[in-house]
Parts: sequence; C-alpha cells; structure tokens
Amino acid sequence: MAKATPERSGDVLAGIAAEDNKERIAAQYCLSEIPLKAMLNDLVIPYEKDEVTRLIIDDHDAKAFKPISSLTVAEFRDYLLSYEVDGTILKDLAPGLTPEMAAAVSKIMRNQDLISVAQKIEVVTKFRNTVGKKGHFSVRLQPNNPSDDPKGIAASIIDGLMYGCGDAVIGINPATDNPQEVSKLLKQLDDFRQQYEIPTQNCILSHLTTTLEIIDKAPVDLIFQSISGTEKTNSSFGIDLHLLQEAYDAGTELNRGTIGNQMMYFETGQGSSLSANAHHGVDQQTCEARAYAVARKFDPFLVNTVVGFIGPEYLYDGKQIIRAGLEDHFCGKLLGLPMGCDVCYTNHAEADQDDMDSLLTLLGVAGCNYIMGVPGADDIMLNYQSTSFHDAMYLRKVLNKRPAPEFEEWLLKMGIFDEQGNRKELKEQMLKLKS
Amino acid sequence: MSKEISNKGYLQKDPWENLRSLSKARIALGNSGGSLPTKEVLSFQADHAFTKDAIYSDLKKEELLQQLKEFDLPLYQFQTEVSDRKEYLKRPDLGKKLAETSKSENGDFDILFILTDGLAADAINERAIPLLKDIIPKLKEDYKIGLCLVKFGRVAIGDEIAEKVGAKFTAVLIGERPGLSSPKSMGIYTTFEPKSGITDERRNCISNIHEDGLSIAKASELLQYFINESFRRKISGVKLKANLPDQIDRK
Repeated sequence: MAKATPERSGDVLAGIAAEDNKERIAAQYCLSEIPLKAMLNDLVIPYEKDEVTRLIIDDHDAKAFKPISSLTVAEFRDYLLSYEVDGTILKDLAPGLTPEMAAAVSKIMRNQDLISVAQKIEVVTKFRNTVGKKGHFSVRLQPNNPSDDPKGIAASIIDGLMYGCGDAVIGINPATDNPQEVSKLLKQLDDFRQQYEIPTQNCILSHLTTTLEIIDKAPVDLIFQSISGTEKTNSSFGIDLHLLQEAYDAGTELNRGTIGNQMMYFETGQGSSLSANAHHGVDQQTCEARAYAVARKFDPFLVNTVVGFIGPEYLYDGKQIIRAGLEDHFCGKLLGLPMGCDVCYTNHAEADQDDMDSLLTLLGVAGCNYIMGVPGADDIMLNYQSTSFHDAMYLRKVLNKRPAPEFEEWLLKMGIFDEQGNRKELKEQMLKLKS
Repeated sequence: MSKEISNKGYLQKDPWENLRSLSKARIALGNSGGSLPTKEVLSFQADHAFTKDAIYSDLKKEELLQQLKEFDLPLYQFQTEVSDRKEYLKRPDLGKKLAETSKSENGDFDILFILTDGLAADAINERAIPLLKDIIPKLKEDYKIGLCLVKFGRVAIGDEIAEKVGAKFTAVLIGERPGLSSPKSMGIYTTFEPKSGITDERRNCISNIHEDGLSIAKASELLQYFINESFRRKISGVKLKANLPDQIDRK
C-alpha cells in the first residue's frame, strides 16, 4: 500500500515510500490485483493491537459489501466510475467498505477519478440548518484571535456574515484551552446567534475533555475533537473510542439542534500518525482513511481534513497538498461522511494562494460540503493560510452554488445577499449587525 | 462606443471599516464582484513574498562568527546532517543530528548558547547578537558560558551538542516558522540538563521575538529569569513555566 501511494514527503520521511517511479508503478499494479475481500483478513494493523482496527472489522457490514465482494481493487475503480453506479448505490455500499478499501482504490485513481466519483455522493447533515445538499456549498466562519479577544472575534464574525459565510458553523480555535475561557466564548457566540436569529451552529474547538467539563453549564452546540486512524495516535491526542462515545452520548442528550441532532465535529489530516510516531509502518493516506472509520461511528455533522497545515515534511508542495485534499475528500465521502476541507498551507511549504485556488475549485466540482472562511485567508492566531470569505463568494459564483437553504433565507432577510447570491451594496445604515 | 469608466463604482466598500481597529485580521477588505480588490491581492502577496524569502534566507556564518568572537568566550561551530534548505524542510530528523565529522573538546559549561537558522535565518542574522550582547554581561560572573553556531539545525540539536561539549543548560536561538505578519521572528528554547531523546515538555520557550512582537530587552529579561530559575530549581519545561512572575509583561 505505502509503495503504491503517489509520492509525498511524509512517506519518504517514514522510510516506507517507493524508492523510485518504477517501484511505485509496480506496487500500483500489485495493489490493483488484490481482491477487496482479502483486505478483511490481511489487516494493516493487527486486531489485537489497535482498537481502530477492531472498530473497522467489528462494524463491517457484510451484507452491504456483498455486491462488490468478488472485485479486485482495479475492478472496484471501474465499478465506481461506471454509469450504473450512482449516489444511492454508493450510499448503500458505504457500511460495507473499510477505510483500507477506500485508500487502496484511491491510490490507483487519478485526480479526475477522485472528483468524478466523489461528486456522485451526497451526504446531507442537519442541526439548525442543512449542510451538504447538491447545489449548495457551506463555509465554516473561523474568526480566530491570538488573545481570544471578544471584540476582535466579533469583528471577524460580522465581516464573515456579510460575505455569506458561517452556515457550516461559526467555529473558533481558542488560543487558551481552559474551561472558563471556552465557556465565555461559547456564551458570546450563542448570544450573538440568538440576537440575530442566525440559523447556524457554534463551536469552540477545544479539547473534548474541556468540552465535557462544561457541557452542562455552557451552550455547547457542536462537540469538536481532532481524531486519527490509530489507537496510539488518538491516545497521543488524549482520547479513545470510549471517550468519544461518552461525548456523543452527552451531546445527544443536550438536543440543541432544531431540524436535526447530528452534533459531532471532527478534524483530521494526513501525517498526524507519523508525527505522533504511531503509524505502525502504514502510509499516511491509509492512516487518514482509518480516521474516517472513527468519525462515522459517531454520525458527525461536519468532518474536515486540515490538509496542508502539518507542513512540508508530510506534504511538500502544492501538488502533494492538492492530491491529498482530493484523496481525503473522496475517501471520506465514499465512507459516508459529510466531508469538508481546510484548503490550506503553511509558509514553509512550497505552495501559495494559486495552489489553494486550484484545490478549492477542484473540491467545489467534487461536491465538497464546506471549506473554511478566514478573514483574508490569513489566520492571525494559527499562523497559516487557508481560504477566505472572498474565496467562498468566488466558488459559489463560478459553480452556481448556494449557501445552506435556511442560512440563505436569513441572508436575504437581512438584506446582505440578493436573489442571485450577489453581495448587496451595503450602506452604513443598512448594517444591522453591531458588535 | 463603450464609455470610459471614470470612477470606482465597480468596487464595493465595506461600511464596517471602523471594526479594523479591533483586530489585526484582514477584515473590511471590500470586493469587486465578490472577489478581492486588487490592492488587497497585492498586499497579501507582498506579505507572502517577504515570508517566503525569510525562509530561504541564508545564515550569515562568517559575519556571525566574527561577531561571536568578540564576546571572547569558547566558540564552537557544527554541521547537521542536512545538506540544503530543501532537505532541511523535508527531513526534520536530519536537522536534529550532527554530521559525523563534527569534533569538539569538552568545555564543561554551565550555559551554552546555540545559534541556528531554523525556518528563518534572517531572524538569527538580525536578532541573535543584540540579544547576546544584552544578556551575556549579566550572566558572566555567575556562569561558565560557551557559544555555538550550527547551520540547518532543529531545536533538539541542542541536546546532542550539549552532550558533546558538556553543558548543564542550553539556550537554542532559532528562526521561527514565519507568519505573514512576522517573517523574521526568533524563538529561544531553554533546557536544563539536556540529553538526546528528551521531548519538548522539558523545554521552556520564549517566542515571537521580532519588530512587532517581544523586544530584545524583554526577551533577555525572560531568558535571564528562566536561566536563574532553572539553576535554582534544577528543572526546565512545563513545571517552571507555571510560576512565571506576573511583573514580566510579555509585550
């Protein structure tokens, strides 16, 4: 599997990548001949050693798998691309697929294949609005601030809302992850949402244990956690499946959603297992796909891969970041997840805003559920570049996509957008939101 | 005939420009047809250009060595296993290993200051010497001090160097990962009793030393605090950080 993976720096760093192009294509031929069902027995990380493997095997739906049980990886690719296989078939197939099957087939698919199959799949989720419907495209408003300053955060939120962003979630990465600070921020966001009757959900992306500590007192909408595809990596994040279940149960009890109650929010990203020295010799893309098995166990509202955040030692340049973003979106959707993507890079990666434009556009065509909206694409707290409110405007315009339906109605009501989805010329007196 | 466009009517301004005073975030940028106005596109790209150049800046070794000699302290120079910038970015593991050819005598130091380029050599080129000039006179009487310059190093390189030359405490001065608004930022990582293989919770960190961030004087003050406290309590890392005195204003 590792040797069949399109080149990326993280696998080279781990010492598991193909030595050269000839070895890589030979490995891809070998991989293409493997029967899918062999992957249910030949496990990349032993069953006894890893609870994620146990989850994958124990939850595997043999009935859903049946239609494709005699296929090889190569035949599976052709099957996925065929005219006959549509979104409904793929949706029914998802519980029969393991992450390793998704990862394996993705390794012999070109970028256009990853787009072509992913765009067949519609994964719709609901909390206070509806995210993921075909023809719609949502944005997480990310108003991070280096000192969690309430006024600075409010300024960024207003800016984002005025550009039609925030329908996926208004989500802050807190500079300080402690219960008091996080409660304060949650209250601020909740007051703001209620005051302007914004049909969206909030999230402070604190550690799961912090959220659990305050869940009875603070207005917690979505419950966030970074997750990964091996037990050891998750343990380095301070979580396990048991803790996730506890959080999921607590969230279900809150019942704060109005039109649905999917309330888990997960972030992932290739390279995290290598970074935690917990990859068991498995390539970073397969590890990433295994994280999606963890995610789907908890019926999340949002999942996104933070594709370029980790740095050039894992994904070196724009080419590798773009490929990884498409792989992650494809694998996530194939496994039934509401995939979004933090289209991003750090300054020491060999990438720039042009690469982000490319990945953003490709993901839009692939039917990605949402992206991040960061003021001017420049996150002043996390010091990396993502996508902006303007990028979201661009994508919706060129691909004729709309915000989440409930949110779009609100934008019209507030006089921010017109019927065509264009930003109205806003005059001072029309500015109804005040910090 | 098409009419000449005489005003900027096609640019939409954002009437909440006053909110800009509340945050350094890029807000109220306006738009042309939903996209960024030209001014903002160029301004972002200018910031990114400075940032990229900072990453690919070179350590001015000769100049730095010349200046380091003036302190009249034992001075070492090392190489890591990294051979160029591209490899440095891709192989963090090699930046933590000394090249085999590196030789040295044991100096049995209390404090070893280690200068390395990290992700922004210019931060070291411009800020390391002023910081040392500020702090060394304050420490010279109480501690035996050594200096060291190493190209293409990561923070952990200090551990191997300390074992090699003998040092109870290291302060690694390193160029930090540049942000768009702070391309030449220096960080200092301090470790008491450094050993190969130790992890980051054993270190204290002073970061964001740059023009708009922490001043040289404040950084020096903090560093002196960490040094004195580390020697007094014989620790470094998270346990020490908790007791940082309030009177040291980090800004």
